[in-house]
Amino acid sequence: MSVRLQTFMSKKFIFLFLIIYLSFSSIVVNSQERVRLGTPITESQLAEFDLIAEPDGTGLPDGSGTAKQGKSVYDINCAVCHGPDGEGTSGNTVIVGGDMQSEGPPLRTVGSYWPYASTVFDFIRRAMPATAPKSLTNEQVYQVTAYVLFMNGIISEDAELNARTLLSIEMPNAKGFIDRSNIHSN
Amino acid sequence: MYEKVARNGLISRRHLLGMGATGVGAIASSEVLGADAGITFEIPSWSRTPGPGASAYGTRSRHAEYLRRTHAAANPTYPGGGSSRSPLQHLQGTITPNSLHFERHHAGIPDINPTGHKLVINGLVRQPLVFTYEDLLKYQMISRVYFLECAGNSGALLRGGNTNGTAQSLHGLVSCAEWTGVPLSTILDEAGILSDAKWVAAVGADAASMGRSVPIDKALDDVMIALYQNGEPIMPGQGYPMRLFCPGWEGNISVKWLTQIKLTRGPAQFRDETSKYTDTLPNRSSFQFSFPMGSKSLITSPSGQMSLERTGIYQITGIAWSGSGSIRRVEVSADGGQTWADAAIQGLQLGKALTRFSVPWEWNGSSAILQSRATDSRGNVQPTREATLVERGNISFYHNHCIQSWGVSNVGEVTNVYV
Ligand code: HEC
Repeated sequence: MSVRLQTFMSKKFIFLFLIIYLSFSSIVVNSQERVRLGTPITESQLAEFDLIAEPDGTGLPDGSGTAKQGKSVYDINCAVCHGPDGEGTSGNTVIVGGDMQSEGPPLRTVGSYWPYASTVFDFIRRAMPATAPKSLTNEQVYQVTAYVLFMNGIISEDAELNARTLLSIEMPNAKGFIDRSNIHSN
Repeated sequence: MYEKVARNGLISRRHLLGMGATGVGAIASSEVLGADAGITFEIPSWSRTPGPGASAYGTRSRHAEYLRRTHAAANPTYPGGGSSRSPLQHLQGTITPNSLHFERHHAGIPDINPTGHKLVINGLVRQPLVFTYEDLLKYQMISRVYFLECAGNSGALLRGGNTNGTAQSLHGLVSCAEWTGVPLSTILDEAGILSDAKWVAAVGADAASMGRSVPIDKALDDVMIALYQNGEPIMPGQGYPMRLFCPGWEGNISVKWLTQIKLTRGPAQFRDETSKYTDTLPNRSSFQFSFPMGSKSLITSPSGQMSLERTGIYQITGIAWSGSGSIRRVEVSADGGQTWADAAIQGLQLGKALTRFSVPWEWNGSSAILQSRATDSRGNVQPTREATLVERGNISFYHNHCIQSWGVSNVGEVTNVYV
């Protein structure tokens, strides 16, 4: 064979080899490709669905309210279980009072124990009133959250609670927790 | 006759084979060889009449109705809230039947039609996604045996109350099953995790919309979206049609009826990771995010409210588990923790799963205090109650994994005691 022919053949061989290799490897890749069945959505579609209100303000909705407005929301929707002044009707319904430095075992409530005000909004919006959760409007949740904070002496009766002012509330026991989330095994 | 390896009647586990499962062992039976013990041998009535035929979904014998969970009466101020406990003293092996798995609900069990259920992945992801139940069934699944324990299990014992309980009433918030589902990492990869996502917030579709935050490292490690429990679709009380399952960690974080996973920068600080499931120490600061359940064991027989009918050989048996690995060793004491004998491991020693142990014991009719002590594969030894109280006090009752004591009186009554 001439040198020319040889080069031609080897080029052809490399070309063929490449084609075989590429098609083969793409089969291999395809067989390893995972199923991807999630349907793409947008955050704006989740406006009603996503109820998470984080301490940095993410997820707190528009709207506002004062404790003064919240009193009637509370009296109608909450007092039956939590008592007229948040003193509770059973062990797990006390939401006002307590002192972490008390002599005996401390009474731990929203006021004495909870580290973040966002949690009060988040929990009431998702889980309360226990007989009809998620029945209040965002406006009513701001109002009644303000009222619960007011009953605990954390904000004044006229303070307007909204996505911005809620973030600036320093809860009494905010510094009372030791974060152990880095311990995944003992 | 038998090699005693610890005081007050504990016998070497090497003698386990050939002994009766309960009560009298080999010596007693050889004594009655050839004797007429007064037993009659008529053909029983059930051998003379055909019984009912096959059924669609099985249930326990009507003669074994003691196999039931216990739960408090409904509370109108806490609709659907509360728990039920597994009958640990009646179970053997390590797998809890689905119908007897403990439950803890914050607003009852939702009646979810899977065709209407959605699983949303959003927050700090490249592409928010929604999955149907049918979608998830098409993914490659994994199966693992894991225990699940409520953070509040055995809590009353730290406080020192409820002395007169059973293994079920005092410790029944632990169960174990084979869970099958899709690794959470598969779904998170599909959505594309953004670099500032450090936590995932998981939310359930129950009326409480119960939420918990999980660090991203754990979420990408062994967390799964569980769809099956012991081979069948998970039961409504366990999260049908799907639940999060975080192996080894406090039960509450394995969010049932999972409907949303949101990737976040920090923990969402849900009510059930701030107000509840946190532990206040004697100095009034509080541990938050105490995830792995401690190295723990419990004698299930003999146990609270049982009574030993006669002196002789008994099989002490129980369960051991750790949220940090597998169980390496279980020791048993019959003298309140002064001397210890190694128990035999009865089956598999899987990681983050219940392990069954047993050891033979000869009860001589005098009082005894039975204890068990687990050591896990990372060397964590189950602590005494005394050490636990010194370390963390009893303001808070979650995450109690201390050594538990069953007192046996000189007439054979078994009760929970504190030493
Ligand atoms: C039917 C009775 C009932 C009604 C009505 C009710 N709650 Fe509750 N609430 C409960 C129960 C029970 C809990 C404890 C839930 C649990 O432990 O899972 C609770 C918990 C809470 C907590 C958290 C307490 C803590 O320390 O963790 C807050 C805050 C709260 N409720 C606020 C409200 C507000 C505000 C309303 C009215 C909008 C309301 N609740 C209506 C029964 C009720």
